[in-house]
Amino acid sequence: MSLEALLVVSAALFGVGVYGALSQQSFVMIMMGLELMLNGAILAVVAFWWGSTGGNPEGQLLAVVVLAVMAIEAAIGFALVANVYRVRKADISEKLRRLRH
Amino acid sequence: MNLISDILFWVFSVAAVVTGLLVFITDSMVRAAYWLMASFVAVGGILMILDAQFLGLILILMMAGEMTIMAIFMVMFMMNPAGLNPMTMVHQHRTSIVAGAGAFVALAAVGLLAEFPDRPVPPGVDPTVDLGVELLGESMLIFESAGVALLAVMIGAVALVSKRGRYGIAEEGSEEPSLEMSEE
Repeated sequence: MSLEALLVVSAALFGVGVYGALSQQSFVMIMMGLELMLNGAILAVVAFWWGSTGGNPEGQLLAVVVLAVMAIEAAIGFALVANVYRVRKADISEKLRRLRH
Repeated sequence: MNLISDILFWVFSVAAVVTGLLVFITDSMVRAAYWLMASFVAVGGILMILDAQFLGLILILMMAGEMTIMAIFMVMFMMNPAGLNPMTMVHQHRTSIVAGAGAFVALAAVGLLAEFPDRPVPPGVDPTVDLGVELLGESMLIFESAGVALLAVMIGAVALVSKRGRYGIAEEGSEEPSLEMSEE
């Protein structure tokens, strides 16, 4: 177990998240991709705290901030899914043509 | 002890990545939510091996709740939540695979090639105590800001899902009242 191995694992989680967020059509599945990216991010933050900061508690504090970001993303995401379903009856991103460029 | 934590680390790592992939492979959306939870539990396990017991446990607790809500959302809003039909709801598939693989290669290259300072957690440090003192001491403003941000998000989420807009029923279209005083 080394910092390099931890960073490779977190990169793999982030990559899977990028794939999911870009490829899925369903809104909730897109949110799952975003969550997986944040999952990789939190692993990288804690890995750096463990291997590179000499136990400085501010590294753990950054991980707490990432956790808060996760909660905010989920809450706003669910609210948007509920809103867009009620107003446009849309459950996949292809149904939202008005947002196209 | 070192060997055991090494083995556990690799088991959790493989589990985290494989269950992360299964999220997007499985047919059932409800199962996808629970695969994602498994991925978070594996990462929480890695965090606990890294001496961040508090963060690992809080991650698992938070995600257990969130993924349950996600599964309920799947059943409420999505077609085919239980995977009765095969599910291939993807678009721009090849681009996404390239982007995901590219992100992995780039970030892994940074992790492997860049030089980071080698300052491990010194023995005798209790990370949970340190984090608690930091949260309620010097960095209290950051902690409290996160709390205020979460409160704002709760208000915003309620405003978004509310059927009634700010000035009337949302579907009918509503106008804000004029600022001029009406004369009696």
